[in-house]
Amino acid sequence: MTQSSTTHTNKSSAAKTYGTAETVQAPVYSRAERKARNATRRSRLGMVIYLVLLLLPIYWLINMSFKTNTEILSGLSFFPEHFTLDNYAKIFGDPTWYMGYINSTLYVVMNMVISLLVALPAAYAFSRYRFVGDKHMFFWLLSNRMAPPAVFLLPFFQLYSSVGLFDTHIAVALAHCLFNVPLAVWILEGFMSGVPREIDETAYIDGYTFPKFFVRIFIPLIRSGIGVTAFFCFMFSWVELLLARTLTSVEAKPIAAIMTRTVSASGMDWGLLAAAGVLTIIPGMLVIYFVRNHVAKGFALGRV
Amino acid sequence: MQTKVENNKAWFLVLPVFIIVAFSAIIPLMTVVNYSVQDIFDQNTSYFVGAEWFKQVMLDSRLHDALIRQFLFSFTILLIEIPLGIGVALMMPTKGKSASLCLILVAIPLLIPWNVVGTIWQIFGREDIGLFGAFMGAIGVDYNYASDPVDAWSTVVLMDVWHWTPLVALLCYSGLRAIPEVYYQAARIDQASRWAVFRYIQLPKLTNVLIIGVLLRFMDSFMIYTEPFVLTGGGPGSSTTFLSQALVQQAIGQFDLGPAAAFSLVYFLIILLVCWVFYTTIMNMQKDK
Amino acid sequence: MAWMSWTLPTALFFIGIGVILVGMTAWQIASPCVERRGFLPLDTTRGDRLFIGLLSSAFIHLVFVALTDANLAVATVLCAIWMIILMRWG
Repeated sequence: MTQSSTTHTNKSSAAKTYGTAETVQAPVYSRAERKARNATRRSRLGMVIYLVLLLLPIYWLINMSFKTNTEILSGLSFFPEHFTLDNYAKIFGDPTWYMGYINSTLYVVMNMVISLLVALPAAYAFSRYRFVGDKHMFFWLLSNRMAPPAVFLLPFFQLYSSVGLFDTHIAVALAHCLFNVPLAVWILEGFMSGVPREIDETAYIDGYTFPKFFVRIFIPLIRSGIGVTAFFCFMFSWVELLLARTLTSVEAKPIAAIMTRTVSASGMDWGLLAAAGVLTIIPGMLVIYFVRNHVAKGFALGRV
Repeated sequence: MQTKVENNKAWFLVLPVFIIVAFSAIIPLMTVVNYSVQDIFDQNTSYFVGAEWFKQVMLDSRLHDALIRQFLFSFTILLIEIPLGIGVALMMPTKGKSASLCLILVAIPLLIPWNVVGTIWQIFGREDIGLFGAFMGAIGVDYNYASDPVDAWSTVVLMDVWHWTPLVALLCYSGLRAIPEVYYQAARIDQASRWAVFRYIQLPKLTNVLIIGVLLRFMDSFMIYTEPFVLTGGGPGSSTTFLSQALVQQAIGQFDLGPAAAFSLVYFLIILLVCWVFYTTIMNMQKDK
Repeated sequence: MAWMSWTLPTALFFIGIGVILVGMTAWQIASPCVERRGFLPLDTTRGDRLFIGLLSSAFIHLVFVALTDANLAVATVLCAIWMIILMRWG
């Protein structure tokens, strides 16, 4: 649309609104602004539709977890008719079930701590110094984040058996470091590069030693980056199954692997499966609630 | 970019990372290389066979099919997820309580364990107990992901779009947040159209995050295993058997250590090549700035 | 170590890679190299060219194994020549 025709329609519509007495505000808005408001309304609507589609499968799972198996198999309904907590009671009453959640949480937390501890100094080195082979080292780390766990699956079992770590939480935590440490270095490097070098130099001139400066000054500066990194470590360790399942048998078996028990000779125990699934979603929601204010920046891995 | 100081002592700061990753990466990789040139019967009986397994893997038509399927799948989901993710990011509210609420809700699928994602869609897509399957039945589509290859494929794609579009959306959202308000004001003064704003202000700012998004999505879809394993088990037939699944079948299912190791290495080399291309592109783009 | 089932050829292969890496590091420290542009459409350092060379050599070997029955040593010789070209003019 050309410039002149825009102003023309603008005028005519403005004249029309002046005609009606009770509209006081309407003339203030230009055509462009009204267009913008319509666009906002449209995007609100689009967003709501997207969210509904996104949450529908999850809602279906939650809905099912409150039903008995007979009700699940007898027909579809949006609300449980015979509301029951039996499925959850079964999980919380049986150690072989709830230990799965404890095992998963344990190795995820271990992995988070290890990843952050080793990644912090390394990320600092990558963001501040040039050294022999730095770029290739960075690439090598990244390629490990990208490599499929299935490739390393074969010898993992033997490797961790040979060092006597098979079926321990630390084994899974270490194995998950394979992809979480590179990711942590990558995100933290992004955040650290955003901190001006002058801060480091001033601190050294003021007589801070490196460890003291790092802990007292630098870490508080990139707090949000650390939070976001922890979130990502949690996320990728929590959702991974292939390695966790391979490296455990009884003692450290993750919940995701225990869930396969719902398939039995008498068929699937759908209600129990749904309840177990719902319980795996809750920790993630808690974690994302805590980092919600930083997550927008963190999702760009600190480098927008 | 700030200039960095030359200092080889920085290696000491990187050393812990190197050791911990090397333990889980280099030792297994060496072992895979060792396996790939031998015919292994048990711990003590093995024969050196040279490049025979590699020949077998390179000429195996099942693996060719899995590779083609894999590329097809990865490109399909990229074609859907990237535009959809940008669209969702543009629609997300920018201020106030509704913004954080949207962020949290959109991020939920990312935090669900991958086998639970498979389970959710396994249930959701069934005609007897799932809403989606029942819906498809109600509108008259003969839909069954367990027996029809096309349905199985579209369900796996739909599941991946559902699962991972949020990642692209959140990446783009954070990219959009980094655009100063001044740019939009200037556009308003020029009476720029919505499309012009997107094309000349938003899209250029998104390039960086989009490359990260494409990299992560391509790589992660290239190693997809758990979700289709739970949903379809690679079937019907082998219509949804992707590379990782084919590999695990060979390594665990048939316990063919040698060929599986050779397959792993070929797979790894492809990953390494793609990863290098992306890495070089990102680095060159940063240098140009 | 037994479970890793080492063989002489693979051991030699990894020792070779290790020696090359150590050698490249020593060379880099002795005479640091600057990025330059050769026939590759990229600015590369020595290390980059080494990586490109090794990766492409791996693919050359694979294609060679898949397409011909000839001795693999032929492929290795080809790759060695390719590496020299790449390191010198790449």
